[in-house]
Order: sequence, then structure tokens, then C-alpha cells
Amino acid sequence: MVAGVAAGLARRLCVDVTLVRGGFILSTLASGFGLFLYVVLWLLVPLEGQRGTIGARAMADKRGLLVVVAFLPVLVGILAATSALNVGFLSSIAWSGYFALAGLVLIYRNAESDERAWLRQAAQPVLEIGAHSRRSLLARVLVGLALLGGGLTLFTLGHPTHAALDPLFGLALTLAAIVVIFGPWWLRLTRDLVSERQARIRAEERADLAARVHDSVLQTLALIQRSAAEPDKVVRLARTQERDLRSWLFDARRPGSADASEATLAAAVEQMAYDVETAHGVPVEVVAVGDCPLDDELTALLAAGREATVNAAKWSGAPSVSVFTEVERKRVSMFVRDRGSGFDPERAPADRQGIATSIRGRMNRIGGSVTIRSTLGEGSEVELSVARRSDRS
Amino acid sequence: MTPRPRVLLVDDHDLFRAGVRAGLGDAVEVVGEADEVAAAVELIAERVPDVVLLDVHMPDGGGQAVIEAVKRDHPEVLFLALSVSDAPEDVIAVIRAGARGYVTKTISGPELVDAVLRVAAGDAVFSPRLAGFVLDAFAITPQPGPPATFDPELDQLSPREHEVLRLIARGYTYKEIARALSISAKTVESHVSSVLRKLQLSTRHQLARWATDRRLI
Repeated sequence: MVAGVAAGLARRLCVDVTLVRGGFILSTLASGFGLFLYVVLWLLVPLEGQRGTIGARAMADKRGLLVVVAFLPVLVGILAATSALNVGFLSSIAWSGYFALAGLVLIYRNAESDERAWLRQAAQPVLEIGAHSRRSLLARVLVGLALLGGGLTLFTLGHPTHAALDPLFGLALTLAAIVVIFGPWWLRLTRDLVSERQARIRAEERADLAARVHDSVLQTLALIQRSAAEPDKVVRLARTQERDLRSWLFDARRPGSADASEATLAAAVEQMAYDVETAHGVPVEVVAVGDCPLDDELTALLAAGREATVNAAKWSGAPSVSVFTEVERKRVSMFVRDRGSGFDPERAPADRQGIATSIRGRMNRIGGSVTIRSTLGEGSEVELSVARRSDRS
Repeated sequence: MTPRPRVLLVDDHDLFRAGVRAGLGDAVEVVGEADEVAAAVELIAERVPDVVLLDVHMPDGGGQAVIEAVKRDHPEVLFLALSVSDAPEDVIAVIRAGARGYVTKTISGPELVDAVLRVAAGDAVFSPRLAGFVLDAFAITPQPGPPATFDPELDQLSPREHEVLRLIARGYTYKEIARALSISAKTVESHVSSVLRKLQLSTRHQLARWATDRRLI
């Protein structure tokens, strides 16, 4: 059920898996031996379909072994305590508990990622003891101290002679000695473990970056070398790569991916510019002032703006197109400008009907306005503007 | 003809400096190059150029550090910031440190020459993107009950300045703006310089920590 040890054992011994599980649980409750045995088997029995065991890997994990050894003094302390208090059965639990825990540590450090995830989940309540609010931690500590004090009081009152307390006192001294002697070592080990963890995180980040650079930048550079004879294509490739890298570095998102961040106007305009640029090979420069969530009207405005941008990219012959959006308290405007050939809006050729239907039609439906300024030889500008919904009602 | 401006290049990428140099051609006189902050500060103090073309991003503090180190002894040296970053906080920071303008590194050779000449002549150079940033930064209406330091002269754009910035953001040149607003090109330039001054002197804290709260109105 946990690591499949019981199931594997049951299949090997040809008995029912429930029987094996029952055996493990009973022996765990009786002396803790079951847990110990389970962990040892987890370490030594290879996973079905895999060759190496976790145990073999654990033997090579020097730092993991060191952690296990470091906590031996704790075991010694507990054993001393149990013998002093004359509770023999606790010592057997301590032995097997210690080795079971040690095994789990080694397993965690050396297991496959899915097993590791399972262990982390199982250990979560313990790990989060200190993670909650400071007040609850304080309350817990106070309650714990109160209980301890009560227990000690009862203990002293229960014994008419204080002689029985002497071994307890000696035990406390021994424990303190252990902490003093081994404390720094434990501390250093923890620090080592932390730095090891950080190194691992850094390595993962580096790998991520390397993968990123390889996937996009190196590929693009290769493409650019191959298309060195076509300047337009080189510029387009470089622009696309630049946009991609920039959004990854500064916005922590990739263009072309439809995620929640596109639910605002500015992000949607960026995306639109990216699409037009990719499709038509003309750089589209976006300047966005202010931002607001995207509603139906603004989606229509954006569609009209896309049409205007595509027109500019396709027909004007301009080397680039500028798109400017501004969100004000009362209205949203969008300007699409090119320095291309310009045209006469009254006598646009038949294949530029996009202006009539896609731009004017869309803007009329949402109650917005369209202004087109164009001068032959100097370029054109399409201005789209709509009142914000919250101010219309 | 006015003498060619003496220009110094500061950028930590050799390849990029070579490209800029080639792009500037004979229109300006390049009097030196530096590839790090300390060397740049020394060289600027030694040669005292008219305009420094300054990379925003360099190790040891970047363009901002260079401006701050030079400003004290040589307030007459003008800076034009060049950057690939476009991150609003960097751009606003270098302008507030004292740069007279900001252009992106993808700018073409002739445009860059034009920008250098304008800075040398004492004007401010705003790219559309910088105009957008500034509009954004000044658009936030001050909270009711403004702090004591709020100065309407410095902390707000006049309607005309607002108009000029919007046209820059829309991709208009100064000449086109002048025509669209029926004013002279010189007036456009004075509006832009005034915006630059406000940008550098305003204590609006939105400008200081501007990029952290891109507003959603």
C-alpha cells in the first residue's frame, strides 16, 4: 500500500496480501519490529521492472549515512532513559524505531521521484509543526510545558522518597551532555544539508535555462545562419525570438500560450501584435498605457484593432507598425499607425473592404468610433475608441 | 554648420559598441569608449564629451552609477540611455538619475544620430515606449488628501504635455506632432523638456516605485 512491499512479499510467498499486511501492523504495534522490517525490505527489494535497489544507492549516499550516524546518540540517550526508568519494552521500540527512521531517511534521499513525493506528503503534518502561525506555536509550546510540569509534579508527589528522582536527574544530565557534545555536529550537518539543497535548486534552474536557450535561442540562431541571404526573414526570426525571450525573462510567461494573463487588454494587445508580426513579418511596436480586464466590448475593439494592424502590415509597405492603447477612466482608445504608402479612405480598393466591415462594423456595434487619417505617401493612422462600460450603464 | 558633438560610448559589449560606432558614422566625433562603470567615470572626467551614450545594464551599478558619479564634477555632460531591457523601473531610474533621454538598442543608425544631435542641442529624447511609461506613471490620480510633499507644478502633467506625450507614444515624430497640434517644433521640444524635468524632480512616490504596481483601473 505504501511501497508495495507487502504485495510483493505476498506474491512471492503465495499468501493473501491482507495476511502479510496484518502481520506487519501487528508486529509494529507489539514492538515496532514490523515497521523496521518493512523499511528494510523497502530498501533491499528492487522495484518490479527495475534493477538496482534503493539500498544499493543508499550505500553510496555518504551524506545520508552521516545523518543516520549523527542521530545514534539520540538512540543511546533513549536507551539510557528506558533502562533508568525500567521500562524495557520501550527500548525495543526505540531500536527498531530508530532503524526504521534511518531507513526512511535513506529511502527518501535515494528513491525515485514519485516515491519521494509520497513520503513528503506523508511527512507533511510533522514538517509543518513550525510552519503555522507564531501564536499557535507559542500556545503549543506553553501547553507542552504545562503538561511536562504537571507530569513531573505528579511524579515527585507519587514517590514519597526523593531518591527515585536521582536516576531521572542523572538522565537529564546525560542528555544535556549528549546535546552539548554532538550539538555543533548536528548543526553543521543541517547546514550542509541546506546548502546541498540550495545547490540542487540552482542546478535545476541552470538546467531549465540551458534547455530554454537551446530550445529557442540556438534554434533561431541556426535558422538565421541558414537564411542569411534573406534579410526580411532574418529580421522576422530575430524579432520573434526577441519577443519570446523578453516575455520569458521579464513577464515570466511565454507568448503564444493562452493563459490567464491574457485576460487584460494590455496583454491581449501584446499577443495580437505578436500574432500579426509572426504572420506578416512586419515588426509591430506596442505601447500600452494603463490596463483593464478584457470584456466583450474590448474584445471587439481588439478585433477591429487587429484588422487595422493586419491591413497596415499587409498593404502599407511600412517597415513597422505602431500600436498604442490607452485606458482612461472613461474610455479606451487604440491607435494603429504606419508610415507606409497611405491611401484614400473614400476610394479604398475592393479587397480592402476589411475597413468597412471588420473595423467600422465592429466599432458601430459596440457604440464606439473610428477615425481614419491617411495621407498618400506619408502613411495612415486608424483611431478606435469606445466608452468604458462601467461609465455607461 | 554647428561643430560635430563629441560622443563617448559606454557599453560592456564590444560588439555592440562597434555597431553603434559604425551606425553613428561621420555625424559625430567619437572621443572614447569604455566597457565598465569605473573606467567610464574616469574617461568622462578626462575627455569631458558633449554626449555620453550609456548602456543601462552593466555590472557594478549600470548607467545609473555612471551618471551619479559624473554629475557632481561635470554637470555639463549630457547622457542618452540605450537599453535592450525596456523594464520600466530601469528606464525611469536612469532618467531620474539624470539621463536626457532613452532609446532602445534596436534603433536604426540615422535615428540614433538624430537622437544624439537632439540631446547635444539640449533637448530631451523620448522613445514611444518611454512616453508610454511616463503617461502611465503620471496617470495615477493622487490620493485624496495628498501628502504635504505633493507639488501640483511638478507632480502633474499639463493637458498640453499630456497631448504631446500621447502623440509620441503613438509613434509621431516631433515635426508631425507640431503639425498635428498646430504649434512649432520648438514648442514641442520645450514641452518634452518640461516633462523630463518633472520626471526628474517629482517626489511622487509612484515614480520611485513605479513598476511594482502596474495599475488596473
